Amino acid sequence: MDVQRKLEILADAAKYDASCASSGTEKRDSSDGKGMGSTAPGMGICHSYAPDGRCISLLKVLLTNACNYDCLYCVNRASSNVPRARFTIDELVKLTLDFYRRNYIEGLFLSSGIIRNPDYTMEQVVSVARKLREEHHFRGYIHLKTIPEADDALIAEAGKYADRLSINIEMPEEASLQQFAPEKDVRAIRRTMGRLRLKLDEAEESRSAKTKARPQRFAPAGQSTQMIVGADSASDHTILHTSANLYGAYRLRRVYYSAFSPIPDASHALPLIQPPLLREHRLYQADWLMRFYGFDVGEIVDDSAMLPLDIDPKLAWALRHRDRFPLDVNRASREELLRVPGFGTRTVERILATRRTTTIRLADLARLHVPRNKALPFIVLSDHRPSPHRLDAAGLIERFKPKATQLGFGF
Amino acid sequence: MQYIMLDTETDFDGWRKAARSLVLHHVPPGDVTWTVRGGEADLFAPSSPSPIFEVNDGTFNVPGKFVELAKAAILHRDGERFAILYRLLFRLKESHDLIEVATDADVALVTAMAKAVYRDEHKMHAFVRFREIGRERQAHYVAWFEPEHHVVELAAPFFAKRFADMPWSILTPDLCAHWDGHALSFTPGVSKSEAPGEDRLEETWRRYYASIFNPARLNVKAMQAEMPKKYWRNLPEASIIKPLIEDAERMTGAMIANAATDPHKPQKRPEAPMKRKPAADDLETLREEAAHCRACHLYKDATQTVFGEGPKNANIMLVGEQPGDKEDLAGHPFVGPAGQMLDRALEEAGVDRKKVYVTNAVKHFKFVPRGKIRLHQKPITPEIRACRQWYEREVSVIQPDLIVAMGATAAQSVFGKITPIGKNRGRLIELPEGRKALVTVHPSYLLRLPDPEAKVLEYRRFVEDLKIAAGLQKKAARAA
Repeated sequence: MDVQRKLEILADAAKYDASCASSGTEKRDSSDGKGMGSTAPGMGICHSYAPDGRCISLLKVLLTNACNYDCLYCVNRASSNVPRARFTIDELVKLTLDFYRRNYIEGLFLSSGIIRNPDYTMEQVVSVARKLREEHHFRGYIHLKTIPEADDALIAEAGKYADRLSINIEMPEEASLQQFAPEKDVRAIRRTMGRLRLKLDEAEESRSAKTKARPQRFAPAGQSTQMIVGADSASDHTILHTSANLYGAYRLRRVYYSAFSPIPDASHALPLIQPPLLREHRLYQADWLMRFYGFDVGEIVDDSAMLPLDIDPKLAWALRHRDRFPLDVNRASREELLRVPGFGTRTVERILATRRTTTIRLADLARLHVPRNKALPFIVLSDHRPSPHRLDAAGLIERFKPKATQLGFGF
Repeated sequence: MQYIMLDTETDFDGWRKAARSLVLHHVPPGDVTWTVRGGEADLFAPSSPSPIFEVNDGTFNVPGKFVELAKAAILHRDGERFAILYRLLFRLKESHDLIEVATDADVALVTAMAKAVYRDEHKMHAFVRFREIGRERQAHYVAWFEPEHHVVELAAPFFAKRFADMPWSILTPDLCAHWDGHALSFTPGVSKSEAPGEDRLEETWRRYYASIFNPARLNVKAMQAEMPKKYWRNLPEASIIKPLIEDAERMTGAMIANAATDPHKPQKRPEAPMKRKPAADDLETLREEAAHCRACHLYKDATQTVFGEGPKNANIMLVGEQPGDKEDLAGHPFVGPAGQMLDRALEEAGVDRKKVYVTNAVKHFKFVPRGKIRLHQKPITPEIRACRQWYEREVSVIQPDLIVAMGATAAQSVFGKITPIGKNRGRLIELPEGRKALVTVHPSYLLRLPDPEAKVLEYRRFVEDLKIAAGLQKKAARAA
């Protein structure tokens, strides 16, 4: 089998992992003349976009799609009849360098099916990173999938070469993981995430310590995980509760939500429908509210335990808490402003800086990039005050709902 | 009217020099016309620029943020940019704070221009595609790109730092950038006919692009928002976008409609681990059993069961409340800040920690998540009760002479009922089977005391309590 065919099989096998970020790592380049590559520490670079709207930043492949495990939701499960392939370490190293040199990619995202045992698999994955870094002095971005229960020395080595490590939690609840992925063990996954966090903390401490000793390197872009949405019956509340727990316990940089998508040769035990993309989108919005807007899970999801699909979660929260509005934009605190529908974190910073010098009026909203329709019922400006009658009206929600024809997501 | 002629489209230094002089001479923005040498507006300009502005007299301060914005905005292709920047500068001289007023029309305009330039620079970093000319060691990498704004000089250092080990050229209609492995250089723009031909890896790249695309998630609008069509003509993968979109619905339909085929060969499955029934309690089997404990709901949010640790023949057993954040991650008791405090106190009291068995009344971490941290929560009676079986079985294996209960939760577990610390601390209390108990505070209580004096005092008392344990340990050692 030629490398091109292998690439097709092993990229197809890797595409259900939503993570593509190449951001948040240390600053590196190759201006010392040794090797090739650099990182863009602020934001990553997306070198292309596929017609599914997802960015292509890293060469995202599996080392092999042969797998001992039989996870029902996975295209690579042992009982699936998809064609199998395996890169040699040299093939993958060469492909990464060739793509990088042409500016197609920021680096490599490498995962693998579990072959033989966790340690063997992890050792193979680490070998690719080792060769790129040690032999070719590759300075680009590397994201490695960490195999739960892999030996501590292998994990330490993975962290030495990789910018980011990740382990997928897969399912929001332990029971569904047992049902869909009988060989996977959520306890082992969490223990390994815990080990990663301890190593991340140690590396951070050694970086900030005022000693001359060279700081130990461990995955400067941290760890992330992914949860599949819509394969089991978990509610949005359960999903977000799990996310909050993971963010707090393991300092994850990101939790990725991946709408369960039909796969070739799929199992009958799963809902083979169009992936719930709008639900996935709402979960990302809710995730942002938790991380950047000071919301708790309990505030975001109401008793129905599901996020509304027709309006965004912050607007839904505001409609449930009309007594807190309207809010005077020229006086409110940062925390309060962050809760106004249509106000993003940057908008709030701009408002705070602007109002030190001048008052904010209706005509200024466009320059602050605020969607008028969404924000107006909730705010007071020096020349605008919504009628209390309007804020209390039961029909207010209708103002925000998209027209029926616009409900479709995507096209 | 003052006519200012700049050397090039990206002549920031020339603009800065002229603008500084104009402001110092109080020339209002409406009285200045900006042109670029060789540009279209050049035709209407007088033959020589206004003489007074040859003189450079004095400076004035502007906010650093303006300079940063102006350096970027001047690369915008809008012909009015020099005038707009001068207008803003003129107004800034009166009020520095103006730059922070996001709602001001000029500030908003300049900010938007700078943003468009940065975006174009970012897209250039992303969408330049090098093509190999010549093979292997003699290879030279050449790209053709059409930036929207004048960003070649801005974007070039990125490529120099990234591809330091290979000679490359980026050709554009405005300006070409070259790197020879040592230095960057720029030459005038060229026409598209100079662009290199197809690279040998482009077909492989297209195969990757097609394979990484998930047809079930087709979202053309999202793709075009980030990769507008104007960039497509220089992207090798763009030629297959249309066929991929057209085929997406069919492929998704087929995946949904086609039933899974039966596995055509017997699949190797990992063997299930043998479950052996422990004949009698020993520490390892206890630990293994406790790892799967579901006796209360605390296991759900915690990472793992944190079981006791220490020698099987320890004659002292220390019982704490519950594992903390660090213990939960590491899987070992007393490795966090409270553990360090305990170690120090044990050493001062003369207790040999290596000969002590350390455990907790509750073996899962109880907490509430608060953003990026986990806030410790005190376990409640049903949780202490549910976990007591492990404590009892640890005691029956270790058979300690003395059990030290640190804190109220530990005391409740050891005595089987709520036992106040204050009234009972500092003396040996009889337990069944000839064992003795000692009650003291939990080391984390010492960490939480806000008053430094109280902290020292309480720490002394804690060490005094532990000295009782030390005495017992020495006596046992002499007896042995």
